Amino acid sequence: MSISQEEMRPSPEAMLKAAQAEESNGDRGKLRIFLGYAAGVGKTYTMLEAARQRKLEGRDVVAAYVESHGRAETDALLEGLEIIPKAQREYQGVLLPELDIDAALARKPQIVLVDELAHTNIPGSRHEKRWQDIEELLAAGIDVYTTVNVQHFESLNDIVTQITGVAVRETVPDSILDRAAEVKLVDIPPEELLQRLHQGKVYVPAQAAWAAQKFFRHGNLIALRELSLRRTAARVDDEMRSYMETRAIPGPWPVTERLLVCASGSPFSEKLIRTTRRLAEELKAQWVTVYIETPSLAKQQQENRERVWHDLRLAESLGAEVATITASSVPEAVIDYATRHNVTRIVVGKPTKSRWREILRPPIVDQIIRLSGAIQVHVVSISGVSKSTVSSRTSKSKKTVPLYEYLTSLVLVAAATALSALVMPFLSPTNMVMIYMLAVVVAAVLLSLKPAILTAALGVLAFDFFFVAPRWNFSVNDTEYIFTFFGLFIVGTVISTLVAKGKERTEAMRERELQTESLYYLSRDLAASVDMESVMAAVLKNISETLNAKLAILVPCGELMNISTISKSLTLDEKELAVADWSYRNRQPAGAGTETLGSAELLCLPLHTTARFLGVLSVKLENKSDYRSPPHRRLLDAFVTQISLAMERVQLAQQAEQAQVLQARETLERALLNSISHDLRTPLVSIIGALSSLRDKNLQMDDKRRQDLLSGAWDEAERLNRFVGNLLDMTRLEAGELRINKEPCDVQDLIGCALAALDQKLGNRDVSVKLSEGLPFVSMDMVLMTQVLVNLIDNALKYSPSDSSIEIMAQIEANHLIIAVFDHGPGIPEPELKRIFDKFYRLPVPEGVNGTGLGLSICKGIVEAHDGNIWAENRSGGGLKIALQLSL
Amino acid sequence: MQEDTNLPRILIVDDEPAIQRFLKIALSIGEFALFQAESGHAALSAAVTTKPDVILLDLGLPDMDGIEVIKSIRQWSQVPIIVLSVRDREADKVKALDTGADDYLTKPFGVAELLARIKVVLRRSLQQIPDPIFRIDELEVDLARRLVLIRGAKVSVTPTEYELLRLFVINAGKVLTHSQILKQIWGAGYMEQPHVLRVNISNLRHKLEKDASRPRYIITESGVGYRFQS
Repeated sequence: MSISQEEMRPSPEAMLKAAQAEESNGDRGKLRIFLGYAAGVGKTYTMLEAARQRKLEGRDVVAAYVESHGRAETDALLEGLEIIPKAQREYQGVLLPELDIDAALARKPQIVLVDELAHTNIPGSRHEKRWQDIEELLAAGIDVYTTVNVQHFESLNDIVTQITGVAVRETVPDSILDRAAEVKLVDIPPEELLQRLHQGKVYVPAQAAWAAQKFFRHGNLIALRELSLRRTAARVDDEMRSYMETRAIPGPWPVTERLLVCASGSPFSEKLIRTTRRLAEELKAQWVTVYIETPSLAKQQQENRERVWHDLRLAESLGAEVATITASSVPEAVIDYATRHNVTRIVVGKPTKSRWREILRPPIVDQIIRLSGAIQVHVVSISGVSKSTVSSRTSKSKKTVPLYEYLTSLVLVAAATALSALVMPFLSPTNMVMIYMLAVVVAAVLLSLKPAILTAALGVLAFDFFFVAPRWNFSVNDTEYIFTFFGLFIVGTVISTLVAKGKERTEAMRERELQTESLYYLSRDLAASVDMESVMAAVLKNISETLNAKLAILVPCGELMNISTISKSLTLDEKELAVADWSYRNRQPAGAGTETLGSAELLCLPLHTTARFLGVLSVKLENKSDYRSPPHRRLLDAFVTQISLAMERVQLAQQAEQAQVLQARETLERALLNSISHDLRTPLVSIIGALSSLRDKNLQMDDKRRQDLLSGAWDEAERLNRFVGNLLDMTRLEAGELRINKEPCDVQDLIGCALAALDQKLGNRDVSVKLSEGLPFVSMDMVLMTQVLVNLIDNALKYSPSDSSIEIMAQIEANHLIIAVFDHGPGIPEPELKRIFDKFYRLPVPEGVNGTGLGLSICKGIVEAHDGNIWAENRSGGGLKIALQLSL
Repeated sequence: MQEDTNLPRILIVDDEPAIQRFLKIALSIGEFALFQAESGHAALSAAVTTKPDVILLDLGLPDMDGIEVIKSIRQWSQVPIIVLSVRDREADKVKALDTGADDYLTKPFGVAELLARIKVVLRRSLQQIPDPIFRIDELEVDLARRLVLIRGAKVSVTPTEYELLRLFVINAGKVLTHSQILKQIWGAGYMEQPHVLRVNISNLRHKLEKDASRPRYIITESGVGYRFQS
């Protein structure tokens, strides 16, 4: 990337950022922040002044939460503004006022005033923090005016604490400030502020009186003021830069940097993360926070995991990309990630462990530095973190070693000693080392690390005591044995450690394998599901087993959420349904382990693909701490993706099927139209032709010719009539409107009617009727079956030579009535025998015989509506047989 | 409109001008006096004013159900009514016949068929005393002596079969619905049992027809009833 190239064109990232900002601003409300450096500078006052001005301009302004703290001037400004009453929520027996967010959403003004951006809501409120409430208001399209002090911003939190010595607990993500439409700095000289304090015009809650004294020192105030001025200036600088970038104004752009910092669960991680953010700010760089989970870390105590969780969320809120990686070695994983993701700088903390521990185990920092290659490494001082925040980084393993393992190691050593005693006459003492080695190996495989090392130690001692001259004594004559002792001990320790590590790794891998396996099974089951029910069943089965959880899937149904599937023995009460509802509406996770409605007892994750939002997965984990464990959350995220894809696939498949059905119907309709258009017109040609000739006075015509024309027109008219009838039958069949009036019918009568209907066409053709003796009356719709026989006989007449005969046969066979029509025509090629019953199917016939292709399909429709069968066969002597079968 | 009072008068009721035209031309053979009406109400008043001998009534009238027209006329007159209907409306035909119509024609029909039907109903209404001996083709029925002869040879029939044949002969050329036949021969209680009718028809056919599969005398009118062909 050459810098000159970058200079001249607006970078895609900048354009994208600007476009996104414009787009999201379309329906989002605008946030206007009134920023001050301390309480009492007049933020609320300024906000109210601005609000009144807006109101005079005609905008719809409402005060949802304005804290005047009893100051008369502030109260005066509230006059005349519409106020939404605060919600009174109970907490530990006391009624406390809170922002009534639902009332504000329902009222939907153009502008709403919400004081104190950094406020933490009472537990049990919808969101943990007020800034989240404000985000929701903005998402609903309402503009918000709010106030905040500079020390509440996440990235400045630790600096402010350093300056003032007072820890500020309530924090707000910096992204809020960055994305705000407008930031108005409310500034007064510190002297004036102090004067106001003395005049009692600054609100200070009683319990903070002492802290306030400490806080409101002149030096502090100056520093804070500078901080707030700087922060505002940085924002202005940002605006200027993006302006310049989108318009490709050349400027001194720095090379694109990318920073990496590790979250390890250590108490120093937090400081490292904040420092990295400031560095990234200065460099205008992106930064990544990575958590490397090694097998040993995976077994850490819950507290550490919570810290990791917290650190990752903090990093995210500060604007970092976050990634979690499983690996066996931290330094290598860090460098690997850094190389693959084009990281230019790694930020690490200065080592804190004492010198002698460093020798034994080189600190991670050194390893990283060694492996870093072209990547820069920033080493940051992390001293100054108060001791109280460093909780003891206690034992790595959760399990305590049971006592019997130590006893077993004693037993092993004793056994080795006994064995050695047995072989002592035959072997030199050096060989007995091997026996003790064997004991150590056995101990390493069977026991934990500590007992195994103990075995090595005891082995050395036993060897020395029992077998090395002088015996029964710990002293050694031949000093060469010292090497043997050390060798035995070191090898024993190494073996034990390796085996222990191997076991750990195996266990971690096994756990991961289980998780991967569960994901595989879920994917496999989902891939096999063809409808929503099987998707739900697959989800329930797989997830509840793997995560040891109960779950429910909810899908939107109109305005509400419906439970589509739910584990047995799980019920969702109203509150929990509300969590699911919120999660779906706001397209975000909610519930335990998140910052929204975190007190709920379940976790709700929205199910969505890029194209659509499908519903919500609600999970109740058996083990509450798992809500915050990264591997569990990762697994849940993977599951959510799979489920969403499967649901989308099923929905799309259903839509595709419907589209296919629609298309088939359209194809049929088109064929119908084509047929109609052709077959209606053709007979008319002859009719109109004949009639026009007959009308023509100029045409000389003798009687015979006249008769020919007339009889031709007559035939065609009959044909047209028949075709119209067929069409009507066809449409009624298709529409499913065929009503069958079944009555016991005389088969002979039936055939007679059919023949009578075709009387004219039959002419002189030889038609024989063979009925078996004693045919019973058969239940059928006389009119429809007559039509069937008419079509069949008509078919036989058309497709066989005019001098050949036609046979009609009826008999009883195995509780069925069989009626068959035989002709002596050319028959039909074997592969087509089934297809002749298809709609609009016409055999290519050389003679000018034409049919509509509908006759046989109508027969099929009627016969099948009687629950009967119809089929065609070629006769052995030539000709076609079409038979139908009805049950008695 | 011919006003010759000697000729039989036919009232044609149809709302389709094309069909009116066709019927007028077809029937203007010098044998009939023709009158026309285009709707049910017009038909009712024309029936009073023109006193027709036959009414051709289209069932698909716009303003009134054809059945209602029949009912209305039957309240004060037994004038023969032939209904014109379309294919696949068998139920309508049966209803019309049961309400009082005498016969039906399925559109499209030929002129020959039309004339035949008209002649049949006219003959019946004009005739006062039926001929006791009925002869057609090879069949002879002597109503006075209760004899049935095929090609001169006596045929033995059961009493029910004879009654059935007698009914047919008296109504030769006219269609009879299942229920009309059942009611006449077996009584009102048998109206829902066409089975017994079919069996008798089948037996009769075997006795009378040369080829029972292609009957010449007793013709089945699918879905409606039977007609004894003259």
